[in-house]
Amino acid sequence: MANTALVAEHTARTLYDHLPLLQVLVPFCAAPLIVLLGSRRLAWPLAFVSSAVALIISVMLMMSVREGGYISYTMGGWSPPLGIEYRIDTVNAYVLMLISAIGTVVLPFAYVSVKDEIPSKNHSLFYACWMLCLTGLLGMVATGDAFNVFVFLEISSLSTYVLVAQGAARDRRALTAAYDYLIMGTIGATFFVIGLGMLYMATGTLNMADLADRIADQGANRTVRSGFAFIVVGLGLKVAMFPLHLWLPKAYTFAPSAVTVFLSATATKAALYVLMRFIFSVYHPDFSFTTNALEIIFLPLAIIAMFSASFIAAFQINFKRMLAYSSIAQVGYMLLGIAILTETGLTAALLHMFNHGLAKALLFMGVGALVLRTGGAFYTQISGLGRKMPLTCGAIVVGGLSLIGVPGTAGFLSKWLLVQAALERVSENSLFLLVSIAIVLSSLLAVVYVWRVFEVLYLREPNPDSTATEAPLMMLIPMWILAGSCLWFGLSTDFLYDIANQAALGLLDGSMGMLDSNKTLGVE
Amino acid sequence: MGQLFNLQFLTGHIHYLLFIILMMTGLFIVVDKTNLVKKIIGLNIFQASVFMFYVSIGKVTGGTAPIFPMDDKYHVDKEALQGIVYSNPLPHVLILTAIVVGIATTSLGLALIIRIRESFNTIDEEDILNIEQEMTRDDNNKHRDVAEGLT
Repeated sequence: MANTALVAEHTARTLYDHLPLLQVLVPFCAAPLIVLLGSRRLAWPLAFVSSAVALIISVMLMMSVREGGYISYTMGGWSPPLGIEYRIDTVNAYVLMLISAIGTVVLPFAYVSVKDEIPSKNHSLFYACWMLCLTGLLGMVATGDAFNVFVFLEISSLSTYVLVAQGAARDRRALTAAYDYLIMGTIGATFFVIGLGMLYMATGTLNMADLADRIADQGANRTVRSGFAFIVVGLGLKVAMFPLHLWLPKAYTFAPSAVTVFLSATATKAALYVLMRFIFSVYHPDFSFTTNALEIIFLPLAIIAMFSASFIAAFQINFKRMLAYSSIAQVGYMLLGIAILTETGLTAALLHMFNHGLAKALLFMGVGALVLRTGGAFYTQISGLGRKMPLTCGAIVVGGLSLIGVPGTAGFLSKWLLVQAALERVSENSLFLLVSIAIVLSSLLAVVYVWRVFEVLYLREPNPDSTATEAPLMMLIPMWILAGSCLWFGLSTDFLYDIANQAALGLLDGSMGMLDSNKTLGVE
Repeated sequence: MGQLFNLQFLTGHIHYLLFIILMMTGLFIVVDKTNLVKKIIGLNIFQASVFMFYVSIGKVTGGTAPIFPMDDKYHVDKEALQGIVYSNPLPHVLILTAIVVGIATTSLGLALIIRIRESFNTIDEEDILNIEQEMTRDDNNKHRDVAEGLT
């Protein structure tokens, strides 16, 4: 594995060579272990340790593919395209790092929050589901096999439905939220499978790199095109792309706080990654229908999402629900970055994925802390808490500023890049001037809804009978880790920018194709 | 016009047509029915159509079951094997996974319906919607002063 410069030939002799598999396997084994041990006291430590291991693995993977190239891991030594291949390149590693980092940071917070919000008899099963959800998300991102994506997508979705339904202990609407999500999520996943079936019909393979090669060979035909449509709609449901977002506000509002933190920062991002992977690596953007879909469908929908969801968010009276709508708007920014279809645009989208993950996880944690102390997230319940819970509210302020994109926070960089990307394309099409104005204007809407929270927290009088005190340390530490990284990545931009840029370049290059099939790969 | 009613084309693609009809039936039930259990049934029909789609694309004209006679017990006439065409087993195997996923989804959906029935006392979507709107209205009334103070 010493030479990862272009292609790391896989000979899996040491544990280090098995990292791509271990990334998924560690949380996957933790889930049944938690159930079998059945101990409430062991569940959380096991979950935490396996998430931390996953984080370490993802950082190691990131380090080996940071300069480009990829690691190809063949499952059981069956060489692709027949065998299942895990292929880690810069984009994968970047998203894997985001998911496992958030998964690890959220768990200490979840320990307190889950104790408060979920009946204790469900705790060990709850953490088992959490681990399965993490497995699914990591697997979706790590795998290089299209059908494998579906399997992991369903693993993560099924466990997500269970996790969302756990909010029923506080509010019975969590059950219907989970049910609605189940119906829509299943339709989305089934659409995705139909798309894959069409791709298989046309090409006879399911390995993403092989698919890309064969689609490029045969060019666009009707089967390939309708497969694209099905895949985009199916994944669009999972991403909460604008008209397909209906499940999101309810699921995020009524899920337990810790689950909302985890999902908002990872689930839509993983689905977005798969969408990018299909648009750029499997279907190359050279195809006119891909470009058309991006410019005619994604671009307007993204802009509508940015405005309408921000607008709705501004009128919410519940902090958590407001953030859920804001998430839809922020997904709009990411889709816009993809639709601009330049290196800068993609870099902006990838950066925004990370920055929004940090900021939204931070804000939802803030909500969780407020809910722990006051029992609800309505503005009347949390008014004036800025003085009573200064550290919690301080972190919320940092997250809010990053969400708006104030200079000095991480959110600024990605929005700035997005505007830049739109301006770069003005010379081709003057409509992009409007796009860049739209980005700025919708950011102003973000100011409105974030400011409302600041106003409620700091300028209102607290409830006279409120007994709220500062959140426990187990919550404050993860919150301030995220707040710190929001500020750190806002000030020291090079590290993340370089990785995102490398990832964007990797995506735009399209597929790197199959390895030479004559080479023997995998475990001997 | 002649192309629209090309009988040979229709019979040649009959499995796609049936797949689409079944798929639309399922999707329609999911969208139209207000009974939560019926929605799950619709979802199942929808998924079953996809399973059939996958199975049908694995069929090779004139192909037999994809079992290769490797047993030493039987004398294998190499020459006789030459002309045999096998159906593609891969889509069948793939869809086995999807069927398992479908079962998991169905059972989870039904479990959720049981819990919904326990806490809402109904499994009709419209009734549930009414109850939820009532709850939202209560929430809004309780916390309205803030909303009015700002707008």
